[in-house]
Amino acid sequence: MNDPVLAVAFYVMAAITILPALAVVLTRNIIHAAVFLVASFGGVAGIFVVLSADFLAAVQLLVYAGAIAVLIIFAIMLTQNASRGSQPNEQRWPALIISAAMLVVLLGVLFQTAWPTSALAPLETTTASLGNLLLNQYVLPFEVVSVLLVAAMIGAIVLSRED
Amino acid sequence: MTVGLGHFLALGAVLFSIGLYGALVKRNAIVILMSIELMFNAVNVTLVAFSRFITPTLLTGQVFAIFIITVAAAEAAVGLAIIISVYRHRETVDTGQFNLLKW
Repeated sequence: MNDPVLAVAFYVMAAITILPALAVVLTRNIIHAAVFLVASFGGVAGIFVVLSADFLAAVQLLVYAGAIAVLIIFAIMLTQNASRGSQPNEQRWPALIISAAMLVVLLGVLFQTAWPTSALAPLETTTASLGNLLLNQYVLPFEVVSVLLVAAMIGAIVLSRED
Repeated sequence: MTVGLGHFLALGAVLFSIGLYGALVKRNAIVILMSIELMFNAVNVTLVAFSRFITPTLLTGQVFAIFIITVAAAEAAVGLAIIISVYRHRETVDTGQFNLLKW
């Protein structure tokens, strides 16, 4: 990927992903956190586009930014009376040390490993290939995930009933 | 300046650490769920980056990422239903107040 346009796109999308993610975990206002989360989801969709995963970018926007973020905002509205916002607890310094240690270990390992990268060009449009894979090679996880979604729907409806 | 696999993996690692910090530090149960969603996104970025750079013509990483998105959506729905149900009974979503199992 030695195209300078792709490099610029990566850094822009990475900034759109990381900076709102930092704001989600640092802000005290929970509504702001939800909006920053939507921005971060959009940034991840841009990263998928840079990685030539076009269908996945669309799914990311539809499901994450469109459905999950709206679900989270609904839940915030329904629990708004009791929440004093997004407060941190007393474990800020241990959590910071643990997260920083995890980041250092991850970065150390990933930059030390000799990944067997291939110079082939990626597929231009992934939708047909993904559909083929989902219905031929990965049909069992596909069906299991369908059952999981039905179970989750029933569970969510039963859990949020007023009785 | 070429952008290679390491850049995307580093992005995934940073996003995961940010989500991890949020899940450990925040008191509001909904914000903990938001941080968990950040961690899911980091894993998806890592998987798609591996798929793109190591086997660009197989789409294994992207199929796995689709399944992760689906399961994350189901988990967010059920988790938020649980939080709303707890809020109805305890009038709070502050995890500092959820101490019924504390000995």
